[in-house]
Amino acid sequence: MEKLLVVNNVSKVYGDYKALNNVSIEVEKGSIFGLLGPNGAGKTTLIRIINQITMPDTGSVILDGEPLQPHHIKYIGYLPEERGLYKTMKVGEQALYLAQLKGLSKQEAKERLKYWFDRLQIGDWWDKKIQELSKGMAQKIQFVVTVLHKPKLLIFDEPFSGFDPINANLIKDEILKLRDDGATVIFSTHRMESVEEMCDHIALIHKSNKILDGKLIDIKRQYRSNMFEIGLITPNHAATSASLKEKFEIYPATFKSINDELQYKVKIPDSISTNDFVSYLTSQGQLTHFVEVIPSASDIFIETIQKN
Amino acid sequence: MNHLPLIIKREYLTKVRNKSFIIMTFLSPFIFVGIFALVAYLSSLNSDTVLKITVLDNSGLFIEEFNSSPHTQYKILNNVSLEKAKKEAEIEKINGLLYIPKTENLEDLSKGITFYSEDSPSLSMMSDINNMLEKKVNSLKLKEAGIDSETIKNLHIDISASQETFKGQETSKLGAGLKLAFGGAAGYLLFMFIIIYGNMIMRSVIEEKTSRVIEVIISSVKPRVLLLGKIFGTTLAGITQFLVWVVLILVLMTVVTSIFGIDTAAASPSQQIMENSVDGGTQQILQDIMLEINNLPLINLIVMFILFFVGGYLLYASLYASVGAAVDSETDTQQFMMPILMPLILAVYVGVFTVIDNPHGTVSQVFSYIPFTSPVVMLMRIPFGVPLWQQIISVVILFATFIGMVWFAAKIYRVGILMYGKKPTYKEIFKWLKY
Repeated sequence: MEKLLVVNNVSKVYGDYKALNNVSIEVEKGSIFGLLGPNGAGKTTLIRIINQITMPDTGSVILDGEPLQPHHIKYIGYLPEERGLYKTMKVGEQALYLAQLKGLSKQEAKERLKYWFDRLQIGDWWDKKIQELSKGMAQKIQFVVTVLHKPKLLIFDEPFSGFDPINANLIKDEILKLRDDGATVIFSTHRMESVEEMCDHIALIHKSNKILDGKLIDIKRQYRSNMFEIGLITPNHAATSASLKEKFEIYPATFKSINDELQYKVKIPDSISTNDFVSYLTSQGQLTHFVEVIPSASDIFIETIQKN
Repeated sequence: MNHLPLIIKREYLTKVRNKSFIIMTFLSPFIFVGIFALVAYLSSLNSDTVLKITVLDNSGLFIEEFNSSPHTQYKILNNVSLEKAKKEAEIEKINGLLYIPKTENLEDLSKGITFYSEDSPSLSMMSDINNMLEKKVNSLKLKEAGIDSETIKNLHIDISASQETFKGQETSKLGAGLKLAFGGAAGYLLFMFIIIYGNMIMRSVIEEKTSRVIEVIISSVKPRVLLLGKIFGTTLAGITQFLVWVVLILVLMTVVTSIFGIDTAAASPSQQIMENSVDGGTQQILQDIMLEINNLPLINLIVMFILFFVGGYLLYASLYASVGAAVDSETDTQQFMMPILMPLILAVYVGVFTVIDNPHGTVSQVFSYIPFTSPVVMLMRIPFGVPLWQQIISVVILFATFIGMVWFAAKIYRVGILMYGKKPTYKEIFKWLKY
């Protein structure tokens, strides 16, 4: 796959504080890249470097094959976490102004704004001042302003904060649609369920260092623990439990079921194949439930941070 | 991609459409003219009242001196005791009673003269009366010594050296006064403009931070361009407001003076006196002034006035912008305000005290190159004749410093973004410059 953005060994020091230490990431064209990390890890610094708000001390950033240059700002759409709009300006004027700053002509900006305002059904806000809108409404405007100039690279820092579930879903669908239309998305969030749903690729930054990087599915494979959730109907629950405990590491599990059954999470050693394990279970009773426990993004996040 | 015009336009429109800005633009001239009209009205009331003073002159030396005028009426008493005169004055609501005792010689007289009144008399009236008495006594003393006051008058010769430069250009005291007035007016105008609109620029620079739109803006525009746009946009709004004020005040003044028939001269009694004293010479003085103005290097002055005014204003505007760049909210700006105004005040002092004394002395020269003081000091020096190359160097230094200041402010601004919510100290700002 072609890379849209390549960050090479970037470091940034503020006074005595090292905000980024030799961080490299590669973002594939047309993918959604999750930039994760605890608060203060250095994500925002990295995003600011990509946006040319600050310059890296060492290292380089390549956008679409070219080293980052001032004119690249029109290819990037950035929705910062600290977001806001001019409070006393009218919605329409403000959107036009910000779009023109990104290099759109006034006419072009007007047409595209009309499209987006119709699409999100916010057309009648045009003459309202930002201070008259609710926070969620202002966020919608901010989203439109971010994507209006059809940037190749979209950077969203916590895009769903401040949205109710309906609007959060709406925005999520819009982001996915933008991705399908060819945009590349960098996505920084603490909401692991949206990482799970949307990201193709993730990188985890902790204490200024990148500690994990890869395709989400590969990382999950890497973090699999050979743990299976099972449901088993046996003639004698107590006896079966005892023999399971003897043979394997078992943990209690609960899942919804209409049967009266034994419910366990079982970790099987590498020496035993899943087929052997299943035939062992069927020999004990009737198997009603068998699922591999896949590590969630949240589990991976917590585990990796704690390891470091 | 040139963002500057776009930013200037937005800043200008936001300022000009702001409700409080519009209200202040149209209300201030009314308040100004209203206060003026009130003062004029009150002083015209004041000049309508007639002061009534009774004089009890037992010495009989001064009786001829008290001539009633439209503003003061004197009533001379004869053969009345002091006690009775006092009582009468109180009953008849006379403003004052001047008592001059009978004495053997003139020296004792000065100790005996007393002015009685209900409340303290005005300073100007008292000095008028004192002067009149003093003059009379002095001339009496001269007569005693055998000298006629006419003789003294004839002996007095007025000297007024005529002034000329080596190149043969005539100069005069009047000219020097005019030059100072010009420089002073220019300096004062600049001072006013900076104080009124400097804060506006600072607030405008803070705006992005308080509304948190800063990261969106800064990822599209260079801070330097943003700050320049803000300085120019706000300045244009300021000029608009200033022009509206000037026009409105002129119009309102004409209306007020014609409707209420207030004599503008009534507002300033000193002017009235001047007019009276030089009535015949007014024409001559006006001619002299015109001549002096023609003698001034007018084109040079006008061009330099514009350059120094614009340059000086922009430089101070960029100082205000740096303060705005360094802080998060207006409440944090206090500690930075004083150092901004100091050089400006210094410039005015240097202008008033040193340039008047010696327009081409070392101090004047040095301060006319320092960019923070040159707009005031150089403008005051130019009418006295400053070589063009010196003026040009000073202007270049001024504008270069302005560009440098904007660069400095942009640097602070860029780093300031990363330090949300922290009150900056001078030490920290110095450190930011190195990032």
